[in-house]
Amino acid sequence: MKIKSMLWTTVTLTFAAGMAFAEGKLNIYNWTDYTSPEMIEKFEKETGIEVTLDTYDSNETLLAKMQAGATGYDIIVPSHNFIPIYIAEGLVQEVDVAAMPNFQNVKERWRNPEWDPEQKYSVPFHWGSASVAYRPDLYGKKLESYGEFFEPAEEVRGRISVFKTPEEIVNHAHLYLGQKFCNEDPAEMQKVQDLLLAQKPYVMAYSSEGMNDRLINGDAIISNHWNGYAYKGRLLAEEAGKELVYAYPKEGVIGWADGLMIPKSAENVENAKIFMNFIMDPENMGIQSNFAGYGGPIEGQEAFMDESLRNAPEINIPDDATVVFSFACNADAQSLIDRVWTNVLR
Amino acid sequence: MANLPENAALRRTLALGPALAIIGIFMLIPVIIMASYSFLEAKSFGGVNWVFSGDAYVQLFYERMLDDSLRLSPGYLIIIGRSVALALVAMVCCLLVGFPVAWFIARQPLRQRNMWILLITIPFWTNQLVRTFAWIIILGRNGVIEVPFRWTGLLAPEQTLGLMYSNFAITVGLTYTFIPLMVLPIYASLEKLDFSLVEAGADLYSSRWETFSNIIIPLSKPGIIAGCLLVFIPSLGAFIQPDLLGGGKNLMLGTLVQFQFSTARNWPFGSAIAMILLAFVVVFLMLYARASRGSKSLEVH
Repeated sequence: MKIKSMLWTTVTLTFAAGMAFAEGKLNIYNWTDYTSPEMIEKFEKETGIEVTLDTYDSNETLLAKMQAGATGYDIIVPSHNFIPIYIAEGLVQEVDVAAMPNFQNVKERWRNPEWDPEQKYSVPFHWGSASVAYRPDLYGKKLESYGEFFEPAEEVRGRISVFKTPEEIVNHAHLYLGQKFCNEDPAEMQKVQDLLLAQKPYVMAYSSEGMNDRLINGDAIISNHWNGYAYKGRLLAEEAGKELVYAYPKEGVIGWADGLMIPKSAENVENAKIFMNFIMDPENMGIQSNFAGYGGPIEGQEAFMDESLRNAPEINIPDDATVVFSFACNADAQSLIDRVWTNVLR
Repeated sequence: MANLPENAALRRTLALGPALAIIGIFMLIPVIIMASYSFLEAKSFGGVNWVFSGDAYVQLFYERMLDDSLRLSPGYLIIIGRSVALALVAMVCCLLVGFPVAWFIARQPLRQRNMWILLITIPFWTNQLVRTFAWIIILGRNGVIEVPFRWTGLLAPEQTLGLMYSNFAITVGLTYTFIPLMVLPIYASLEKLDFSLVEAGADLYSSRWETFSNIIIPLSKPGIIAGCLLVFIPSLGAFIQPDLLGGGKNLMLGTLVQFQFSTARNWPFGSAIAMILLAFVVVFLMLYARASRGSKSLEVH
């Protein structure tokens, strides 16, 4: 801790040390740039628990570490499609989230999700979606369907940008073609491949970075995008006097949701539960949302969120829009996806 | 006294110890791990089952059909071919640009040479990713190159020169990134070159081209070969430039390996591709060893 003394943690530590109930530690392992320092500070102040934060950058990294037997973490934050894997492989503890006092704050929509139906293992955290964003000022009309992205009109050919990895784009194709996710039917996957190959000549880049740059400088007119990132892009575009809109095509957007879980190897289980309950409070989740730029599952958290975020169309799903959640595919379906993607990019 | 040579031999072995340990720990062990992983079975969510399997290598050349029969599939071979071709192009471009630069520096007065060398190496101090991003600003739509065309009206607002997201952009990126690796070894060769030999050539009525091809090239050959190798090897595995500047439209070996370890969660196949990459490098190193033996015999003359 001495090394970290320059950081905000110390301030709270000194504060916490003076408190009567100062006790214990909590080691959080979360995504990079995803944990609000203000929220952690508040937690330390209120509970006297000292928080240490470590970060990772992908679900695969987290899973690989947990499978390799990493210890010392009390809270991990996998995405919904990985949550069943942790449960099935016995990597996490049963916590009975539904019995926690603050669980009543969770919006109906996020309670008892498919990936943890009895809410025994995971606390709902941020959620988001993947779709496409576009430049209405250059496109000239509203984007209504993925068809406009996969089979682009003359004027946007060569100005389409696509994600670098297949997870979301293959699911977008499934949505457009009206097929089920994690498809194991080679004939249906063939159609996905044909669609992606037909789109390829019109694609300028397959990249999951710099979408906002490409849209704002006009290199791309339609680009695959994530809602939280598109929200930041819209603010940047407005500054430059341009328009950037995150689209809700009629086929639906691909949803993801992260959950807090306690690994089997956790040492501070009680503190982890205190944190889980803490984050389901509207104010705390609101503060956290402001930092991460993503929406959360807590009723009334909007009151504590920055105005621009609270009213952001990227965060607030329109009533008529559909959100479809994806799952981690089994080995057969995954290998079909890999083959399609390799055939598209080879 | 008789055991003195023996002692010397022992001392030599001991002195080599640290170097051997470093090679063993940081090179051999990772290669052995990679090689053994390439012969194991993939687990569905990443990692490996400790069961022997040659599937990863079969997958490189064959596609498994639905009825489990195998069909020869050129997909991955095309990717390997493309990576090798691109690395060769980058190597040639580096040589065409790097040789004159090295020549220029070697012809400067001694005191100025170090300054030039410093200028060559300064870009190395900045992160490769940042330098590659800079090229997006230079080549992109409304970028540094396009702006003058727009001002003069040669380029309409809707038009673009289309420099970015192309093989041209990848080649520029690779050449720019790896050029110091070409300049430095050639400079080292040229610096030792005895320029009186060049003058002698001229005195003996050799044309400029003859001097160049019969005197300068053979004498700087070790540097040229070393430079080519140093550029070719990292270009072969490069994935930043194809991704950022080429738009990632076509897979490269480096991207393919990365893809297997992340999204595709097929570690054995990723390891197998990495082994193929290694095989290419070894072949080129052997060619180098052969070529440099050749040039040594030339120096003896």
